[in-house]
Amino acid sequence: MPTPIISLPLSLSLRTQIRQFSASQEIEGARSPPQAMAARVLSFYLLLFLSIAQLGVSLYEDQVGLMDWHQRYIGKVKHAVFHTQRSGRKRVMVSTEQNVIASLDLRHGDIFWRRVLGANDSVDGIELAFGKYVISLSSAGGTLRAWNLPDGQMVWETSLQGSKPSKAFLLVPTNLKVDKDNLVLAFGGGCLVAVSSIDGEMLWKKDFAAESLEVQQVVQSPGSDVIYVLGFVGSTQFDIYQINGKNGEVIHHETSNYAGGFSRNTLIVSDDVLVALDVTGSILITVNFQGGKVRIDDKPISDLVGYYSGQVELLALRLGRMFALKAHQHIALISVTNEGKLEVAEKVNSAAAISDALPFSEGQLAVARVHHEDNKVQLTVKLGNDWSTNLLDETVKIDGQRGLVQKVFINNYIRTDRSHGFRALVVMEDHSLLLVQQGEIVWTREDGLASVLDVTTTELPVEKDGVSVSKVEQNLFDWLKGHVLKLKGTLMLATPDDMVAIQAMRLKSSEKSKMTRDHNGFRKLLIVLTQARKLYALHTGDGRIIWSLLIGSLRKSDACGHPVGLRVYPWQVPHHHAMDENPSVLVVGRCQLSQDAPGILSFVDAYTGSEIESSGPVHDVLQVIPLPFTDSTEQRLHLLIDTKQRGHLYPRSREALGIFQQKSSNIYWYSIETGNGIIRGYAIKGSCIHEDSDDFCFEPRDLWSVVFPGESEKIISMATPKLNEVVHTQAKVMVEQDLMYKYISKNLLFVATASPKASHGIGSATPEEASLVVYLIDTVTGRVFYRMTHQGCQAPVHAVFSENWVIYHYFNLRAHRYEMSVIEIYDQSRADNKDVLKLVVGKHNLTVPTSSYSRPEIVAKSQSYFFTHSVKAITVTLTAKGITSKQMLIGTIGDQVLALDKRYLDPRRSLNPSQAEKEEGVIPLTDSLPVIPQSYLTHALKVEGLRDVITVPAKLESTTLVFAYGVDLFFTRLAPSRTYDSLTEDFSYALLLLTIVALVAAIVVTWIWSERKELQEKWR
Amino acid sequence: MTEARIFITTLLFGLLCSSILRSAQAVALADGFTINGRVKIPSAVAGAKGFGLLGKISDVKVILNGGQRATFLRPDGYFSFHDVPAGTHLIEVAALGYFFSPIRVDVSARNPGKVQAALTENRRALKELVLEPLREEQYYEIREPFSIMSIVKSPMGLMVGFMLIVVFLMPKLMENMDPEEMRRAQEEMRSQGVPSLANFLPGATRN
Repeated sequence: MPTPIISLPLSLSLRTQIRQFSASQEIEGARSPPQAMAARVLSFYLLLFLSIAQLGVSLYEDQVGLMDWHQRYIGKVKHAVFHTQRSGRKRVMVSTEQNVIASLDLRHGDIFWRRVLGANDSVDGIELAFGKYVISLSSAGGTLRAWNLPDGQMVWETSLQGSKPSKAFLLVPTNLKVDKDNLVLAFGGGCLVAVSSIDGEMLWKKDFAAESLEVQQVVQSPGSDVIYVLGFVGSTQFDIYQINGKNGEVIHHETSNYAGGFSRNTLIVSDDVLVALDVTGSILITVNFQGGKVRIDDKPISDLVGYYSGQVELLALRLGRMFALKAHQHIALISVTNEGKLEVAEKVNSAAAISDALPFSEGQLAVARVHHEDNKVQLTVKLGNDWSTNLLDETVKIDGQRGLVQKVFINNYIRTDRSHGFRALVVMEDHSLLLVQQGEIVWTREDGLASVLDVTTTELPVEKDGVSVSKVEQNLFDWLKGHVLKLKGTLMLATPDDMVAIQAMRLKSSEKSKMTRDHNGFRKLLIVLTQARKLYALHTGDGRIIWSLLIGSLRKSDACGHPVGLRVYPWQVPHHHAMDENPSVLVVGRCQLSQDAPGILSFVDAYTGSEIESSGPVHDVLQVIPLPFTDSTEQRLHLLIDTKQRGHLYPRSREALGIFQQKSSNIYWYSIETGNGIIRGYAIKGSCIHEDSDDFCFEPRDLWSVVFPGESEKIISMATPKLNEVVHTQAKVMVEQDLMYKYISKNLLFVATASPKASHGIGSATPEEASLVVYLIDTVTGRVFYRMTHQGCQAPVHAVFSENWVIYHYFNLRAHRYEMSVIEIYDQSRADNKDVLKLVVGKHNLTVPTSSYSRPEIVAKSQSYFFTHSVKAITVTLTAKGITSKQMLIGTIGDQVLALDKRYLDPRRSLNPSQAEKEEGVIPLTDSLPVIPQSYLTHALKVEGLRDVITVPAKLESTTLVFAYGVDLFFTRLAPSRTYDSLTEDFSYALLLLTIVALVAAIVVTWIWSERKELQEKWR
Repeated sequence: MTEARIFITTLLFGLLCSSILRSAQAVALADGFTINGRVKIPSAVAGAKGFGLLGKISDVKVILNGGQRATFLRPDGYFSFHDVPAGTHLIEVAALGYFFSPIRVDVSARNPGKVQAALTENRRALKELVLEPLREEQYYEIREPFSIMSIVKSPMGLMVGFMLIVVFLMPKLMENMDPEEMRRAQEEMRSQGVPSLANFLPGATRN
């Protein structure tokens, strides 16, 4: 449904005029009473209008999904357990690297239920128990939980307090019972614990850490109650304990030694053989412990697999009487014969993935192997006992942008002809999850989007003549029909069927998902970089993926062992050639997680999703500074700072160099050394002098440094104004026609430090030993503008910087509540510009360019308020011209996004505001900030695992686009002061038409009447 | 739909109210304490207003110290945090559809087994660690039912209303006018020579 938005420039210009008018009035001092009066009356009405419009944003329930979309993800799957009983819903239980435990519909891939555990609560294993529970072990063996299979209700939770960090295992024995109660065994923190499956009660506990045993494996002896615990003492001694599963008593204990020493990489093969590597990693040790007797054999790996180089790794797979060894880009599948001999069954390329063995009928095992062939993926299911037999051999075509197969899980089913069929759950390099059955991809989940690292936006292409738009435009009749339906809806005449049709029509609105630029700037592309080093372009209209790209230059290579993506920046934004040039983005990555690893740069076309160019590995990248200059092709100049604080200029062209050298005397940057508590400021000194340097490298010059006393202050948080923020007015009119000039500078830095004890989480410090200090620092001169101490307050601090104010959230230990403080800064040196005479004579300094070196007199106003919730992220709305009032967007601990008007965080709020203040919209003082449920942007949804919220201005001044990401993605648009510059989407055009028709009819009728009456008069 | 909701409600009612109250307690362990508590959503609140729609008890998360740890509720509403060091802690309840006050919990090292708890929003001390929502949260504006007044108040309604006034009320006013004045006005009109509705209207408003 095309909803032509009639913009009402009147109200917009009125607003701006008032602002400018009242400001300029003060400056010129023209106090003509009627004008001032008019301005006041106007502003009063404006404020009245605004206050009627409420301080929040709110939504009707039937508006859900009109402007927002929400996508639910789980993350990269670590473990998967199938639950496919004959009857009922078939599902697969998964746990992921984002600490999610979820139950997925095996038919469609939808989420039945999902639990997002705490950030430090990573899952060690999940198992299905007794057909009704999912048991999960998490926190390195610290927490054992049971979840109800159908609905995900937590049934019980047990904390296993071990004494020492160790490996963690979860074992659900099939028939280990004590008084009809099934046992669940968990190993963690050096202790083996047996827990009742009914209520999680701990039945027995055996501590192995006390015997300095490093447990490597815990296995149940098949068909008996005996549990084997295998481990090392020191590096050469091997210990085996046989434990009675019912009571935890040690039945038998045996040790033996191996002079070569064990490495900590071990594997269990076929219930009674342990395979390990020696310390050098070149000899394979097999430990046979059948019946409690230990026999150790060793064999050099080169004897088995021939020549190899580099690291050898035992893959953590259970393959029956086989194991997989990864060496020299190959995976060797080695089988262990009954006599304990090792034989290589097959050697495959290391790009292959192998599943665990699946028992499917009378002791037969199936193992799936997935490997890549050209553009296709070969899925082979082999018989574990006889590697030469193929049970299944299928070729599946998988999108090349999904990369290599990382993991595969298999499940069997009985076909209609009673033969065995297999389905495979495949985890790809981009973290997506696929179900493959009968050579087809049944469903796909884009779970890479659960680990978004950074987001930027680009505009969509301009509508061209060639582009066919007719498909989405409807004919007039449909349009009218739609509006008549809507009218029926508003007049409560619609039948339930009509209501459904109306809702479907509104949600389906093709207008919002078009692939072209719109007048209001609501349609954009969100370019999203994920942890899997994949770039996605999402349409803001409906959240669909337009393209995705697994960045080739960020993939694993010999030069780059563990590449990571870092940030994504807009690189080229064509305005002059918007018709025929595509925008592009810059992706910055690193070879390793450490800061001094070489950097990788990749340039990607934002419309086609293809990599234009890449460079790397290059110098290391500590900081990326987008400069406010562009070259003739509208590529933005970027300065990349390395760990030695040298600047590297991009793009590498003569032209860019020319522009940069012209401006280089005005380029400043700073570095924050959080560990040392030092902030240093730098400027450009000249070209690099070290060897192998090029023309685009620049040496830094130390300018200033701010050193915090390490024993009393630790840097915990900082915030800077956003570079793309637009500030509309420099002056703020206070009460009684007073005027304050905002101190607006992009070179400000907010830093919060806390006393060392107070820089950790809540609960570790007392009010006496906690203090929080906040600073406002000019990053050009290093001057500290403002410093304030909050006694008895502590981390975590979340701050947002905008215009001339900072708002920060911290914890107050004395009140034991969270607080939010605001600091507003004003420039006092411009304050005397109110004088008429000076203005007339021209002695004002308003036209003097502000410089950080001019040492302005700063006045800061500050106030604190209580806030209920813990905060995960905090940001502020951005609009195109900066006219619309601001709202804070707060990502709460409950994974919701709350909008809070900036006016609540005004330092001028007082208990009894004067009449003038009230007129201006100053809210009476309250000690805490209100949490209005209607102003949750996420309404009745949760953005699980929320990490950050970003805002992007739309072209329409009143509106800002909001994107929140975590495990889930959520997008909406928000008008902080309502959409004063356009009609809302539910504006009833039909009602307008109806009114006009009624008016015309009335005019005609009255016309006839009056004519008749006149005629009668004349006859009289 | 309604049936399902009633079922969920009764189920919850059963789950929440049938369980016996265990008092808040801290059990001393090797180096930490255990905080046991209970989240109770009164059946009156969880009633007909659609707890089943917004969220389930299985979705409720209890968070210690702003995200250090998180746990879930057992079917009877109980939760526990194990191995918590002595000190003052903060517990928050994240439940969609309800507003819970964060709770200040003092775990004392001197007399183990004692937990003091207080709501931070209104400083009310809790005898037992039973957390109840302060209020229900309604995330949506309620659409006002259709009324004539809303149409009348809309710009279109005002337009029509004004027109009606002019058409029907003005002639009445004219009738009540002094006949002499009326005549004068009519003469004036005649002198202008265009006897039409168009100048009749501004003439009327001038009065």
